[in-house]
Amino acid sequence: MTYATPQADGPRVVLSARGLGKDFAGFTAVNNVNLDLHHAQIHALIGPNGAGKTTVFNLLTKFLQPTRGEITLLGQDITKMKPDRVARMGMVRSFQISAVFPHLTVLENLRVALQRPNGLATQFWKPLSSLETLDPRADELIAELGLSPWRDRRAADLSYGRKRVLEIATTLALDPQVLLLDEPMAGMGREDVAMVADIIRNVAKTRAVLMVEHNLSVVADICHHVTVLQRGEIIAEGDYATVSQDARVRTAYMGVEA
Amino acid sequence: MAHGAAHSAGAEEGTVQLHPKAPTIRLVIVGLMILGLIFAPWFAYPIFVMKLMCFALFASAFNLLLGYTGLLSFGHAAFFGGAAYFTAHAAKVWGFTPELALLIGMTGAALIGLVIGLIALRRTGIYFTMITLALSQMFFFFCLQSPFTHGEDGIQSVPRGHLFGVIDLGPTMNMYYFVFAVVMLGLLVIWRFVNSPFGMILKSIRENENRAISLGYSVVSYKLGAFVMSAALAGLAGGLKSLVFQSATLTDVSWQMSGEVVLMTLLGGIATLTGPFFGAGIVVTLQNYLATSSFPVTILTGLVFMVCVLIFRRGLIGEFYASKLGQKLGYRTET
Repeated sequence: MTYATPQADGPRVVLSARGLGKDFAGFTAVNNVNLDLHHAQIHALIGPNGAGKTTVFNLLTKFLQPTRGEITLLGQDITKMKPDRVARMGMVRSFQISAVFPHLTVLENLRVALQRPNGLATQFWKPLSSLETLDPRADELIAELGLSPWRDRRAADLSYGRKRVLEIATTLALDPQVLLLDEPMAGMGREDVAMVADIIRNVAKTRAVLMVEHNLSVVADICHHVTVLQRGEIIAEGDYATVSQDARVRTAYMGVEA
Repeated sequence: MAHGAAHSAGAEEGTVQLHPKAPTIRLVIVGLMILGLIFAPWFAYPIFVMKLMCFALFASAFNLLLGYTGLLSFGHAAFFGGAAYFTAHAAKVWGFTPELALLIGMTGAALIGLVIGLIALRRTGIYFTMITLALSQMFFFFCLQSPFTHGEDGIQSVPRGHLFGVIDLGPTMNMYYFVFAVVMLGLLVIWRFVNSPFGMILKSIRENENRAISLGYSVVSYKLGAFVMSAALAGLAGGLKSLVFQSATLTDVSWQMSGEVVLMTLLGGIATLTGPFFGAGIVVTLQNYLATSSFPVTILTGLVFMVCVLIFRRGLIGEFYASKLGQKLGYRTET
């Protein structure tokens, strides 16, 4: 699939949500969320626990069907689409709990990601060796993300931080236009956080990134734009400096009077 | 399915040194098994070994779903028993040659699989399992009422016929090697299916369905493909059994049969290629030995199942794969 990419002056909008809302049996989890993701920019979605960040993620990636509102991806209305279709259009997400294929090796994890874009997913009569054509690209990604020493280890045997890195690698294998990362640094050690922050900054040079993140120093460091969510609604928007001065954000995030 | 369990085992597995001739040894083991089956009729009752091979194929077809796709179907008797009826009917009433009759049985099973799969795969987990059970029970009552199955009597004295119209399958030895060839072919198909680009996607769905979706795979279509394939191969096993025993009865479509195949697969080891073969061997042997005694066989198989679940959860072959020796020979555990 190819999409026309108009070369606008400012950063173009690749994903936009208007009036997004989701009700669960009378409980409004997300209400009236407007969001614009720009090409080559990192956008952070922050907020206290239970603010609805992951729900917004699930709505945007169509793992949940919104009750209200509409979503446009690369100029196409995706409000009613299935999640796998949206992924094929170029929006790929990660999950809060590391999403790797535990009993497959690092290399096999990457192969699975590369199989579909390379038309090697449905052949049930071909031997596994037919997938070796994917290995050069897979190895490139493995090397890029520093996973080479673990290439033939099962994903289950990797440390938590490396699992998350592997997940990012498989996501990048699809060369997505829009990348949604759900707490990519949760539970990581300090060195790993710095490494992953570098990776994200790097990949965002050519694509839009939306990330849910609790680590505010990382958000301050790498994100161009911040949206703060509380009880399912947006309470502040802007760059980190602006948002962090907002009185409502300070109350919501740090407790009373931070 | 087994996210946490593998974690602790991981560190140890890396330390086991692979035997330098591991691939050769693995080939020799498979070769010995095949040789064993070729010469089995000289040592064992051929009908018994044929029955065992039919069930081994059935369990292997089932394992394609449970072991390699992560779907627990509780309705596989519909495909096994359904194909037995179709094959028996084609051979007896229409006078088809055995290979064509088997093809009819397989096609029928695949079609039932398509219908059941399309409905059941709209749900996941226990709901999927329950729907397969419900639909296969509907099929059971269809078989009970339908005139062509002859209800409680079943289809009896099914002719084995002449293979390709030439080779008489009446003599036990001819039939034996025909069954042997078909079962080997079936297992070969399963092996290729599992070790193919498609099989890789199935495994990824088993491992993490949401991740597979987020990588752009329409997982329901892949599951349906595996379901129909599994149904067709289970059908091949059922059709073969109806030719061996020259009958097709309600036993083969009953829910107990669906349960038996789950037991065989778990006993032998899910997600292993040879596991279901051994699982089927244990269950069929138990049934055979206890058939003449007054001891109820279900109690014993139930006990065996409990021991398996409590002590060796990976199943017989699965535990071997996970052992030091298995690791040394380069076997991979996937559960």
